[in-house]
Amino acid sequence: MQELIELLQNPNARWVLIGSILLGFASGLIGSFVLLKKQSLIGDAMAHAALPGICIAYLIYGVKSTPLFLLGAAVSGLIATYLIQAIVNHSRIKTDASIGVVLSVSFGIGIVLLTYITRHSGGNQAGLDDFIFGQAAAMVRSDVQMIAVGSLLIILLTSLLFKEFKISTFDPQYAKGLGLPVKGLNAILMVLVISMVVIGIQMVGVVLMVALLITPPLAARYWTDRLEWMGFISGLIGAVSGLIGTAISTMGDGLPTGPLIVLTASSIFILSLLFGLRKGLLIKVVQRI
Amino acid sequence: MTYGAWIILTGVLVGVTCGITGALLVLRKMAMIADAISHTVLLGIVLAFLVTQSLNGLPMLIGAGAVGILTAILVQWLDSSGVQSGAAIGVVFTSLFALGVVMLSFIGDGVHLDVEHALMGEIAYVPWDTWTYAGINLGPKAVWMLGGVFILNLTIILLFFKEFKVSTFDPQLAASLGIPILFLHYLLMGMVSFSTVASFDSVGAILVVAMLIVPGATAYLLTDHFGWMIALSAIIGALASIIGYGFAVWLDVSIAGSMAVSCGLLFTLAFFLSPKHGVVSKWWKRKSFRKSMATS
Amino acid sequence: MNALTVKNISVTYDKQPALEQVNFSVPQGSLTGIIGPNGAGKSTLIKAVLQLIPKSSGEVSVYENPLKRERNRIGYVPQRSEVDWDFPTNALDVVLMGRYGHIGMFKRIKKKDKQLAADCLAKVGMDSFADRQISQLSGGQQQRVFLARALSQNADIYFMDEPFAGVDAATEKAMIKLLQEWKEEGKTVLVVHHDLQTVRSYFDHCLLLNKTPIAFGPTDRTFTYDNLQKAYGGALSILAQESSFLGRGG
Repeated sequence: MQELIELLQNPNARWVLIGSILLGFASGLIGSFVLLKKQSLIGDAMAHAALPGICIAYLIYGVKSTPLFLLGAAVSGLIATYLIQAIVNHSRIKTDASIGVVLSVSFGIGIVLLTYITRHSGGNQAGLDDFIFGQAAAMVRSDVQMIAVGSLLIILLTSLLFKEFKISTFDPQYAKGLGLPVKGLNAILMVLVISMVVIGIQMVGVVLMVALLITPPLAARYWTDRLEWMGFISGLIGAVSGLIGTAISTMGDGLPTGPLIVLTASSIFILSLLFGLRKGLLIKVVQRI
Repeated sequence: MTYGAWIILTGVLVGVTCGITGALLVLRKMAMIADAISHTVLLGIVLAFLVTQSLNGLPMLIGAGAVGILTAILVQWLDSSGVQSGAAIGVVFTSLFALGVVMLSFIGDGVHLDVEHALMGEIAYVPWDTWTYAGINLGPKAVWMLGGVFILNLTIILLFFKEFKVSTFDPQLAASLGIPILFLHYLLMGMVSFSTVASFDSVGAILVVAMLIVPGATAYLLTDHFGWMIALSAIIGALASIIGYGFAVWLDVSIAGSMAVSCGLLFTLAFFLSPKHGVVSKWWKRKSFRKSMATS
Repeated sequence: MNALTVKNISVTYDKQPALEQVNFSVPQGSLTGIIGPNGAGKSTLIKAVLQLIPKSSGEVSVYENPLKRERNRIGYVPQRSEVDWDFPTNALDVVLMGRYGHIGMFKRIKKKDKQLAADCLAKVGMDSFADRQISQLSGGQQQRVFLARALSQNADIYFMDEPFAGVDAATEKAMIKLLQEWKEEGKTVLVVHHDLQTVRSYFDHCLLLNKTPIAFGPTDRTFTYDNLQKAYGGALSILAQESSFLGRGG
């Protein structure tokens, strides 16, 4: 408790916590669409593919610069998404194997580049390996502000286009029939998801980022049958997970932030699975009796 | 044997062990379950360490096998309770892996087991970690463990060859023939767990995924024959290890990482140039077909 | 006046022709059945006309204008199997989706849209199910919700893809009654239909299709044994033996 109060008195830590709340809310909200579009694992590949992008950005510019890292991550995430599709479209490889191939090979490229940078650029890794599991403690004020602003933008855009995203996820053919630009909407959603992944990896890391996209909406689904509520509850679960995970990580020394956020989200998921009002296990048992 | 030769031998063993198992996974559309297991195995290893306070082979195998099977069971169960399979895989692997990582960071620094090691492995140390019995140096422990798991996996595949074949091709037919498909499913999950834990020391949890999925997918582009595909997948895995080692020495980078990258290179080659299923050959065939249509 | 004119539509899938040279014009206020064997391209035709899938060639005009300009006058009822019924949404919400084209991007749903959607749901007899999650509805109820959604679009031409598939007899009866009311109001309806027995009693126009149109026009002139023979080939003789749908007295 003492530690918590100290934490809240530290202005830097306050910023980090605000950032983690917004980040969690945004990813829970947008994750609802990722889940309903059945693209959870593509999100995983995107996140893993961010690593080589970050390394290449560092190799090109030779400085640690969060905006450039994020740009690199976004570009390589997009390429990975495209490759997954291209492999499925042009060969007999099925989606799951295609995701696996792209995910593992791009992570391999990332590791190769990471070791290359470590051994050839004077030992200073520029904190690159913090991107693997996320390290809230290593973030500076401007990093956190970028997370906060980025998350707010994503929340705003998703809310503005909520009904269009909803119909083009539920019934794309019908949406096209209404004259909605379904392809354009899908592209916007894809860009928002990649931005989300890119913003999130600093705090959560590339390996576990996907959990922040799928676990909160999966948990929220046990509480409501309405997409509007699901998005909101999922956002709340994400925000709570972000807050608790980050708080524990900054209080304890050296504990990686990402795994702690994910564990919090997973615990909420298990509670929802057991006690959720819709299709929760307890409700099912009660209904059977 | 020289230092380099031991590393190559280790890499080749990882390649063939994961290769034969991976071919089955790709055919059964279970590549991403393998991805999940290769992550969660970390939890099994950490648990085994906490119980035995050592990094011995056997407890690690048991711990990894148990958590691997648990992963498969949880995914299956969530799937059948209405969670779509991709999300089920995602939520299970991230939860168990995060738990493993957090528990790992509680283990003291003195132990030869940390997050970075768990992710990337360190094949470069393999030749020094040897097994001595009655004063005789028998070579690296990792080679023994990998060799053991390879023989185990190979024996299982040979023993159940036709059962795997039928149940992969047509699970319903297999069930009607009285083949225990559920048993085969979990057997395969066990094989994946063992392959992962044996490769863990050398290539790490995440790059083992490349070794499990990519050679199998590459072989799938090259042949239509079930048996050949398994053999080819092993050969490709071994080849990728050798090429990867070469690159790593040349550029002074992570050996495990460049093995994964060479897997990707071989896959890319097959994707474009496979005689039957490659993009280029399909394009060529279409072109010559059109030409023959035009002339006739 | 022709509500819909289709000129020279062709569609190819994987280099295989799915539709070839489809031409027809539908008069306003008609109820047309699109009939043909499995794989004849009935659904493909609707999707190509509505430009939901790329077509190789051809033109579609709606009330003598290009389709793009008349989107809001078109209502579409897709096949029930094409959506994820576990989606977190309820019956009223699905009906409201019919208003999205009118409401416009970025804008919020207004109260009068909600009222309209509720009215449409009532018109198909589903008002007491408004709050139900859609997977908890029966096949017939789901189809009624789709119908209400099309209704809420307030369109002039409706395209329906197998609306009677997997629907109970009562729903089918109620639906066809509604379609006939639309027709009376001067709306134009095209329906992909499977059951040859009911063609005569349901539709005043008929498009017989097998990759290319076999016949189009008023039902009593097009729905003949010869035309059906052309569309269905050998499969017809079995169908014909079992039923007397051709109205030739058995």
